[in-house]
Amino acid sequence: MTSVVENAKETPARKKPKAVLSDRARSERALGWRLAGPAFFVMLFVTLWPIGDAIWLSLFNYRLTDPAGRKFVWFQNYVTALSDPLFWQTFVTTFAIVIFTLIFELIFGFAIALVMNKIVVPRKTLRTIVLIPYAIITVVSAFSWRYAAEIDTGFFNHWLNWITVGGFPLDYNWFGGRWSSLFIISMSEIWKTTPFMSLLLLAGLAQVDSSMEEAAQVDGATWWQRLYKVVLPNMKAALMVAVLFRTLDAIRIYDNPYVMTGGANETMSLSMLVSNETITRVEIGMGSALSVILFIIVLIVAAIFVRGFKVDLTGGNK
Amino acid sequence: MQRRKSPRSVAGAAVLALVASGALAACGGSSSAAGTPTLTWYINPDGGGSDPTKGGQAQIALECTKAAQGRYRINFQQLPNSASDQRTQLLRRLAAGDSNMDLMSVDPAFNTEFAAAGYYAPVPQKMVKQFTQDRVQSSIDASKYKGKLISVPFWANTQVLWYRKSVAKQAGLDMTKPVTWDQLIAAAQKSKTDIGVQAALYEGYSVWINALIEGAGGHIVKNPNATYESIQLGLDSAAGKAAAAVIAKVAKTGTGGPAVGSSQETQSLNLFQGKKTSGFLVNWPYVYAALKSAKVPWLDDVGWTMYPRTVDGKPSTPPFGGIEIAVGKDSNHPDLAYDAASCITNEEHQVLYMVSTGNPASRKQAFSDPKVTKAFPGGLAALIRDSLDKAATRPLSPYWGDMSTALQQRFSPPDAVGPNTPAAAQKFILDVLNGKALL
Repeated sequence: MTSVVENAKETPARKKPKAVLSDRARSERALGWRLAGPAFFVMLFVTLWPIGDAIWLSLFNYRLTDPAGRKFVWFQNYVTALSDPLFWQTFVTTFAIVIFTLIFELIFGFAIALVMNKIVVPRKTLRTIVLIPYAIITVVSAFSWRYAAEIDTGFFNHWLNWITVGGFPLDYNWFGGRWSSLFIISMSEIWKTTPFMSLLLLAGLAQVDSSMEEAAQVDGATWWQRLYKVVLPNMKAALMVAVLFRTLDAIRIYDNPYVMTGGANETMSLSMLVSNETITRVEIGMGSALSVILFIIVLIVAAIFVRGFKVDLTGGNK
Repeated sequence: MQRRKSPRSVAGAAVLALVASGALAACGGSSSAAGTPTLTWYINPDGGGSDPTKGGQAQIALECTKAAQGRYRINFQQLPNSASDQRTQLLRRLAAGDSNMDLMSVDPAFNTEFAAAGYYAPVPQKMVKQFTQDRVQSSIDASKYKGKLISVPFWANTQVLWYRKSVAKQAGLDMTKPVTWDQLIAAAQKSKTDIGVQAALYEGYSVWINALIEGAGGHIVKNPNATYESIQLGLDSAAGKAAAAVIAKVAKTGTGGPAVGSSQETQSLNLFQGKKTSGFLVNWPYVYAALKSAKVPWLDDVGWTMYPRTVDGKPSTPPFGGIEIAVGKDSNHPDLAYDAASCITNEEHQVLYMVSTGNPASRKQAFSDPKVTKAFPGGLAALIRDSLDKAATRPLSPYWGDMSTALQQRFSPPDAVGPNTPAAAQKFILDVLNGKALL
């Protein structure tokens, strides 16, 4: 957590740019570069170089198994991708999953965080239990959910059939249609990542000064009023960071739909499309173009959050 | 505070070092210290699995190691089950220049693609004759690219028409003469049985479409050696329309079964084994062994004949499948690898493989071996050999993988296939190849 503290200290200094640096500040800065510099350059090398390479390759019609047919086509791959119905289908699929899972993860995650914040006695045990789904490898959880929803091995249909007193068909094929498949995929995502959400929100809740809540209570505020007027505004930073992280994470969804449907019935996500073009078809040019598009989408979403909702990633405490 | 290395972090580092050294050893060179070069053979899963006593590729690897008397040792690695996963794994290693890619069991669907990419070591000129001698024509075709031999024919597969003698008799179909798809559909309707076909969204569907088009005298690709920019397709043709008509008729009359759009080899065989639906089936020769081991009581009622004709009066061209043996270009021992390929594909091993795994040989002589005629009785062995000689390969174009996927997509679901489907598929395939559409 030291970096957060240091950042918070530095923020006011940045606001007066012309200030003359003291010797101590200068040597501290030099030390900072010496310590972080190598890592910084390694980061540049392992991120910027591949990104630049991908942008360069995306301007070619290039198939790995047909090196002789490599041709510079300017932005044709982008034009093709953005005008292709398959791209927009994967776009809609991906964002349907993102929005649906985010809403439910927020609600459930916040509820769990509230409980964890209030409960004192088995605190550590509770937090460990809550984290179990998050600790499970996504592929494993995807297979579990798939088997649970399938007609022959699954129990969902039997439970639903029992709850609805026989109203729900036992042979309902969840993976037979687009939206029912996406529902199971989203449920699996929600189950798996709600713990992560609740831990981030718990960190935010812990920052809320309990004396403020008590003051509001003394003034006669109801539970809802305290939640809306005191708790939520005071943990906005943590809340927005959690939402941003989850959104960016969910946009890259791959494992769940890959394991459950393999992309059938229009359930292919953007990442699956990228991998299909790059790994399966070895169309390096088109695959790179799609990766760049996915990267830009992530950048846009991040920009909307940071600018639009004024998320401060460097410090939670003001 | 001075931090001392905790025992845990020391242990962690030790584990890391162990894992790293293990991984390095696994990647190590292909020559063992004793001086006997080790050849790695990437095998596709077969009936023998990794058991060297079941007559599969694992046993052949062991026997050829013994026969080499210390010149080389064959070590096998199993590839994933599906052909597309096999392709992905082989392709990654080949593209990365892995020197352990000595021998590979390659599906004809992507054999040409790899050869065109320059991933194979050239077949030694002096061995070409040996590798093509006594082989069925279709397996030689599938092993050639631009007129040159690129791989060694290993085993060869073809589909035949399986039928219930009683059903054919009841429908009044004379099975001693070649039958057409139209006759089959009429017979199935009359006897209220089904025709098992493969029309799910997978390579098997392309196998069917290609066989139908070839049977009508057409070709999906007119110039298989062309680059993607100058490739010419023959889907939008009379042959393409004839093929589409057969598929549409099978799907719309319901003779392909209730779930023809998700029917693969297994489902179509199940249809043939079903009590009410058992009538006709187009499928690979493994069907006979499968029916035998399923102990169906009507095994004597099962008949087999040449693949059905697309159009009346034109001989059918049955589908071709199988496996070729290829040698990677970065192999440290290409000469030894080709020597090993010659041992793997010798007649003794062809017979062994055909009898134990049910996968037909590419050598014609093998079909008259008493062990083979016993395992494939009643003229079945001879039928498979004839079928293989007349079989047509799928287009030997380096772009077949993409073409096949695009073709399946445009021909799915089968009951939506119409006279315009071939033209639409042709346009889509060309768009995909030229980077103007996503797949």
